[in-house]
Amino acid sequence: MSTPDTILSVRNLSVQLPHRAGLVHAVRDVSFDIRRGETVCVVGESGCGKSMTAMAVLNLLPRGARREATAIEFLGEPIHTAPESRLRQLRGDRIGTIFQEPLTALNPLLTVGDQLMEVYRRHRPRRQHEARARALDMLAQVGIPRPVERLGQYPHQLSGGLRQRIVIAMALMCEPALIVADEPTTALDVTIQAQILRLLVDLKDKFGVALLLITHDLAVASRVADKVVVMYAGEVVEQASTAAFFAVPKHPYATGLLGCLPSVSAERSGAPLQVIPGTVPSLVGGVAGCGFRERCRLALAECQRDIPLVSNSSRSVRCIRADLGDSV
Amino acid sequence: MSTESAVAKTSATQYGPDGFGRTAKRWLSNSGITVGGLLLLLILFSTLIGPMLLPHDAFDQSLVHRLKPPVWQGGSFEHLLGTDHLGRDYLARLLWGGRISLLIGFSTIVVAAVFGTTIGVLAGYFGGTIDLVARFLIMVRLALPAVLIALAVAFIAGPSLQLLIIVLGLLLWDRFAVVARATTLQLRHTEFVVAARAMGCSNLTIIRRDILPNIGSQLIVIGTVELANAVLIAAALSFLGLGVQPPLPDWGLMISEGRQYLLFSPYLITLPGVAMMLLVLAVNLLGDGIREVTDPEAKGR
Repeated sequence: MSTPDTILSVRNLSVQLPHRAGLVHAVRDVSFDIRRGETVCVVGESGCGKSMTAMAVLNLLPRGARREATAIEFLGEPIHTAPESRLRQLRGDRIGTIFQEPLTALNPLLTVGDQLMEVYRRHRPRRQHEARARALDMLAQVGIPRPVERLGQYPHQLSGGLRQRIVIAMALMCEPALIVADEPTTALDVTIQAQILRLLVDLKDKFGVALLLITHDLAVASRVADKVVVMYAGEVVEQASTAAFFAVPKHPYATGLLGCLPSVSAERSGAPLQVIPGTVPSLVGGVAGCGFRERCRLALAECQRDIPLVSNSSRSVRCIRADLGDSV
Repeated sequence: MSTESAVAKTSATQYGPDGFGRTAKRWLSNSGITVGGLLLLLILFSTLIGPMLLPHDAFDQSLVHRLKPPVWQGGSFEHLLGTDHLGRDYLARLLWGGRISLLIGFSTIVVAAVFGTTIGVLAGYFGGTIDLVARFLIMVRLALPAVLIALAVAFIAGPSLQLLIIVLGLLLWDRFAVVARATTLQLRHTEFVVAARAMGCSNLTIIRRDILPNIGSQLIVIGTVELANAVLIAAALSFLGLGVQPPLPDWGLMISEGRQYLLFSPYLITLPGVAMMLLVLAVNLLGDGIREVTDPEAKGR
């Protein structure tokens, strides 16, 4: 499966978190690939394990969390067994990260310039003198007017949108091969969201970076993703190319999610907003069988068994009712 | 030319580092900071430079001139604040004693801050077993009566200035540790600390670059409280004869020496007492002021 073009390859990733009530199986058996220049969107509702998946790839899980994987390979290098020192070299250099809250993702006591240049100095110690020029260049790339002035400013002097642009500039400082963006537009208002998303996609194309985008917003995924990974209760329930997924989602949960998208025409005709009944099952102690069966209209008795992920050439689905059409 | 400078000025106020000007203004508009700060500066200057400007040495004895009252009680301008039981100029001794008090106060704070902050930050940042050990240490420290321990150590090892500073430093670190630990715990989960790790920073870099600067203002406030505390405990030890030793002047020691003359020369006790009160007041006012202006909740006002 792993080709020279593969930037990141994750196989059978599981994350368990200790909790008062027992072990929380936050991520279960997640596998996906990201190829060069590709955008992969991990979508799902809150608590489905999508952020945990991203943090597990970077090994930035909270203390006490346990991570298991048969393989996490970055540019062909197994990083699930790599020591922390090697990961520190990769983070910020070959893998850039963008977080959800631009308001708190920057150190309030350091100027924007200091924080941008720090990344470069850390990973390119021999080219320190270039740090400032590089920072100015990146600020211009992310569309910040008057970059020289901004370099000397503190985060509190900038708006949320500007700060998120700075965080993006920071992630791109060392020309990474992969950017992990954890809900980068969630904390911004809608007009800024579109701008930041546009910027992210433009820069991705320009620098040939692969993008792992974590989002709960299907509209975002439909606009930017090449591949969609739908997670539910810590598991991948469907994985497909964007075109195939939005044309005909195969998993009942994915169908339900798409049905929940409010549309203007439906509202005009007076149709009520669709919802998926019920709530996400508790992940304490793991989930036996299909995690979605209690909310599923199509559930059968067999759904109590563990359901395997069934794949064909273009998609994988974890549902016994799913008909992939061609040979499995 | 004037238009050019005017343009430069407006752009500076509009886009320049307005942070500093605004911060300075907010700090100076706080009465605690201005009053406490000025008082502390006054004490610092007079104790550091004062003794050099006076005609009398703090150690010159003259039994002929002993127990002369201060100028407002019928004394002469020769000795503004009178003389003590050995005829030494009381103003000179008061200022010299101030040096000792400040020396003890600041050195103690440095020892205590370094020790306490290290423990607190490590505990808050790494958690787990380190945190458990640190919390145990803090609890043990809180269970020890500081003055009693200092007394016992001074009694066993013999009184000396260095020992006093070290013992006090090792007894007053607990608040630094508690505050450093709590604030570090809060900071550890903020996104910029996680972001720093995602940028490839090591733990040490994160502590130096992201944690310490962000807990600095809280530690300064603790520093002022503990400074006053150290001065008072040191004075108490000196009073009991286990702190600063004669002939060095120290406010606590001066009160102790003036004890026998309380009835007829009360100024021997009231003057060092007032001096100590002024120092503690100045430091506390300053600390309160700093806490008020650095409290993020109050920033909007």
